[in-house]
Amino acid sequence: MLAVLGVAIAAAMLLDMVMLATGMRESFRELLVSRGYDIRLAPKGTLPFDTDATIPGVSAIIATLRSNPDVREISPVLGGSIHISARDRDVSASIIGINPTVQGDYELLSGRDVVSSDAIGANDYLLAKLGARLGDTLAVATGYDPQTRTYSGQRRLVLAGRVKFLYGAAEQAGAVVKRETLEAMNPDRTDRASLFMVRVRKGANPDSVRSWIETRIPNVTAISIATAIAEVDFRLSYFRQLAFILGAVSLFVGFLLVTTLVTVSVNERAGEIAVMRAIGVSRAHVVQQVVLEGVAISLAGAILGLGLGLVTARYLNAILSAFPGLPMAIDFFLFQAKAAWAAMGLLIAAGIGAGIYPAWRAASLPIAESLRREAIA
Amino acid sequence: MIVSLSDVRRDYPIGADRVHALQGVSLEVEQGDYMAIVGPSGCGKSTLLNLIGVIDHPTSGTVTIAGKRVDAMSDREATLFRLHNIGFVFQRFYLMPILSALENVALPMAEAKVPATERSTRAAELLTYVGLGARLNHRPSEMSGGEQQRVAIARALSNRPALLLADEPTGELDAKTGTEIIALFQRLNADGTTIVVVTHDEDLANAARHKVHMRDGRIVDG
Repeated sequence: MLAVLGVAIAAAMLLDMVMLATGMRESFRELLVSRGYDIRLAPKGTLPFDTDATIPGVSAIIATLRSNPDVREISPVLGGSIHISARDRDVSASIIGINPTVQGDYELLSGRDVVSSDAIGANDYLLAKLGARLGDTLAVATGYDPQTRTYSGQRRLVLAGRVKFLYGAAEQAGAVVKRETLEAMNPDRTDRASLFMVRVRKGANPDSVRSWIETRIPNVTAISIATAIAEVDFRLSYFRQLAFILGAVSLFVGFLLVTTLVTVSVNERAGEIAVMRAIGVSRAHVVQQVVLEGVAISLAGAILGLGLGLVTARYLNAILSAFPGLPMAIDFFLFQAKAAWAAMGLLIAAGIGAGIYPAWRAASLPIAESLRREAIA
Repeated sequence: MIVSLSDVRRDYPIGADRVHALQGVSLEVEQGDYMAIVGPSGCGKSTLLNLIGVIDHPTSGTVTIAGKRVDAMSDREATLFRLHNIGFVFQRFYLMPILSALENVALPMAEAKVPATERSTRAAELLTYVGLGARLNHRPSEMSGGEQQRVAIARALSNRPALLLADEPTGELDAKTGTEIIALFQRLNADGTTIVVVTHDEDLANAARHKVHMRDGRIVDG
């Protein structure tokens, strides 16, 4: 039982590494495609919300984008930070200004969307920090001087809705207003956007549209889902290499463990095997039995390891997902049936391989010599 | 003649030396005989039995079993020959612990590709013959030593071998159970089975029709 547990731990590690190798990429892809936007436009040389940089000339860019018949929907997003005075203390949060009819940044959980210019939506973390409820009026400012404790760009907004940001990090207080509202609170950012999200016509090639955008709007970097995933792949290559190495080590450890177990078992049963051969059991049958033993240990370990791997992956995922600045929706360990089957298949293949050496030993046992040794023992 | 050995020698290398386990043994066993091979430890009894049982090859000399030269058979030929012609009983029973008595007895028949229904019927008959008709579905761990040896004897008879070989079959049994196994061997021989046993047990040796004494790798009497 302890031996099977050892194989199960190796199997769990292998499964976790397979999940880690593909998890972040897949969950990032799922996040990108979840709201149907195919292309993101960020200030030239940056990734969305990588910096505070903004793209000027929102109206002109929208007009240019609309001239392409393959562009179906455009959602400009202006990002920034806000300060809210609550119970004689300053509460800061990030904020986005959007057009609520075409947005792909948040889900409305309760209340109303930010359709009016005096409405604000907040996530649960901000609501908790403020101790506010829907319907409350908040004094929201885009600037705050801690020396003089004075606010700038302040405006009274009604808390209209409770929202969940798709790209929000854990414990990140966030709010949303109409883009026009945020521009009015911060005139320096009028007609500017931090990000454009573009949906293309069904059947159109997003990468062709992306190329077209980059030639027509030189001050932006256009990122399709494919290029975003390629960028993520590049940035996460360390994780994948680590996962590959640890996965390979786990597989090798599992292989050695099964080989050792079956070899010990064959040595212990040398007399039994010799008697089986003496009564006419063929070498092929002995090989088959020993290889099956390796497969059975691997299979039992794989089944146990599947459960163990899922539990540890969930625990590790909770730790890693709490890293500051990472969207909560990103999973490091993503369970995919195909990947799990691949890991289990690898382990069972290793089990077959692990049985070959002890099977060869068992089939090669000299019958008379083994019986003599058993008799002396 | 079911067993015929002519000037058989068997040497083993031990380090740089060679041990001469058998030094020119010639022996014949007739069909229906019951022969006991006796002698002190290390005299070559078990080596001789292994050569008769085709699980070892002589260094020189010829071994003929049931009319067939077996001394130079390949492993594959020897395995098939043992399966169909020789039954083995050992001091330790070596039954498969996860199989029932019936399944253990049926094992050599399965290897010989006997149909499943025929296997079960014959295994049940054999177990009944050795007095275990009520223990067909018991596992070895649920049986006494004497019962396990009876299952091993039934297993040895499953493919209707021409020859039953036994190496110290009473070695691990108490006196009472040993006596029961001796009686079973006598009954088997009376029913036509040719038996060769290697033993230190005087009662078992005295129950045989012929005794062959060995010393220092040679037959000295018989």
